[in-house]
Amino acid sequence: MAEVRPLQLSLVQAQPRLGDLRSNLDQVAHVVAEEDRAGQDLVIFPELNLCGYFLKDLVPETAVRLDGPELRELARAAGRATVVVGCVLESSEHLFFNAAVVLRSQGIAHVHRKLYLPTYGMFDEQRYLAAGSSVESVELDFGRAGRWRVGALICEDLWHPSAPYLLSRQGVDLLVCPSASPGRGVAEPNGELGTAALWGSLIRTYSALFTTFLAYCNRVGFEDGHYFWGGSRIHSPTGEPLGQAMDDSAGVGRRELDREWLRRARIAYPLLRDERPELLRQGLGEDHGGL
Amino acid sequence: MDSELRINADLACHILRLFIRDEVLKVGAVGVVVAVSGGIDSALAFWLAVEALGPQAVVGVALPYRQSSKDSLVDARALARALETELIEIDITPQIDAYFEANPTEDQNRRGNKMARERMSVVYDISQERSMLVLGTSNKSELLLGYGTLHGDMAHALNPLGDLYKTQVYQLARHLRLPEALVSKRPSADLFAGQLDEDDLGFTYAQADRVLYHLVDLREPREKLEHLGLAPSVVDAVLDRVRRNQFKRRPPLIAKLSSRTVEIDFRYPRDWGH
Repeated sequence: MAEVRPLQLSLVQAQPRLGDLRSNLDQVAHVVAEEDRAGQDLVIFPELNLCGYFLKDLVPETAVRLDGPELRELARAAGRATVVVGCVLESSEHLFFNAAVVLRSQGIAHVHRKLYLPTYGMFDEQRYLAAGSSVESVELDFGRAGRWRVGALICEDLWHPSAPYLLSRQGVDLLVCPSASPGRGVAEPNGELGTAALWGSLIRTYSALFTTFLAYCNRVGFEDGHYFWGGSRIHSPTGEPLGQAMDDSAGVGRRELDREWLRRARIAYPLLRDERPELLRQGLGEDHGGL
Repeated sequence: MDSELRINADLACHILRLFIRDEVLKVGAVGVVVAVSGGIDSALAFWLAVEALGPQAVVGVALPYRQSSKDSLVDARALARALETELIEIDITPQIDAYFEANPTEDQNRRGNKMARERMSVVYDISQERSMLVLGTSNKSELLLGYGTLHGDMAHALNPLGDLYKTQVYQLARHLRLPEALVSKRPSADLFAGQLDEDDLGFTYAQADRVLYHLVDLREPREKLEHLGLAPSVVDAVLDRVRRNQFKRRPPLIAKLSSRTVEIDFRYPRDWGH
């Protein structure tokens, strides 16, 4: 058997134009072609990268369909790379989902529809969007980089542990999290941004807890005064960062993911083996619904 | 300054510079124009704008009235010199005096509001002439207390200071080493000789900021604010201003007739297309 080489992954910290589908499509296609030429296997874009985040009434105007020309155009641009792109997806019933679409030149490999739509404080997603209802993963063949089971969760999804937990039960090797996280919290006199600190601990904890690679891809720029803080990063199955987290400027971060790390992690910390989902089933039985 | 109001000054300034640069450049504006009063708020906004965009892309405008403090103009000039930035000086006395000659009043508030709106009118004209956005200087304390003139100093395109309490404005000004004359001056709307904000308000910004921080940021109910150790009359006066001036923080009301009404259910982001 030929030796498996590391997976070459690109985190694209983009700054989409709010409500300008055409210009964002061009930008994504351009970056994808560049990353493909550089030999990158997997190229990840932030949440709602084809349209921008604080859309309000722009949601239906910037939506794309799974069988529409926009995603076909991006699939054509993919070359040998696999692309994870965030967009508003309109269903045949005309429901609008906040989605992460996994694209390859052959077509659409997987779709995740955001499960948890934040509707509090500055967020208003449930006013405009429909919530997804399933947690699925996909096995992707990256040729000499091997086969990887990949699951996607979008931003707020990761704040509900059931979502990464379910993906973990499916045995994901890599969890990708496209995000559009508006930064807030400058109260700590010498600390980092409050939002960044919370995300940092969450990413580190989940990657170690579920012994999986976790790729977080956040956007940058401003929308209506909201600051998207970037900070995209990948953590290993033992929780270590792969290189430094990105700062808050637009750019691409390239990382190598060595499959051997998964094996090492799961030998050293057999948390996946020892997990007991039957306890969860018992605890959540109909008589113990709690809230 | 109260320790719980202290912020990470480096990080806050970094975000505010990025905000100014991003919002100005993406809409295709050349830069920003700032009304520089000689006070701390406009000085900080001016300073941050120059750091964000460079001195060529920022224009200060000093708009004195004959009764304005002479120090205000001196301080505005010193600031522009320090930043190597253009300062346009326009005396608004002729138009203000012409108006009040025809419509006399001794009401200082009316006179003050008229001057604030005259300044806004001039600044917007310069912004059009230069293809620059008007940078606002209203801080969070002023916005919450409603201590500003509607369609006067409260009119602008971008406001880097709107989420900073007055005491935090001072913290950032000291952090960036703004001229000492500005930082040590007592806040004044400078609408008439000897006017001080804190006399007008009946409490200090330090007091107001503590009340507002606990009320707004920590969401504490009124009855819990006793622990701040402030006179109940001060707490009530602050809360009363917040409630009474809500109208200044919102766009005008529109009577709804159709199924889709601007500001009610025609909802688009301001940065639409950018």
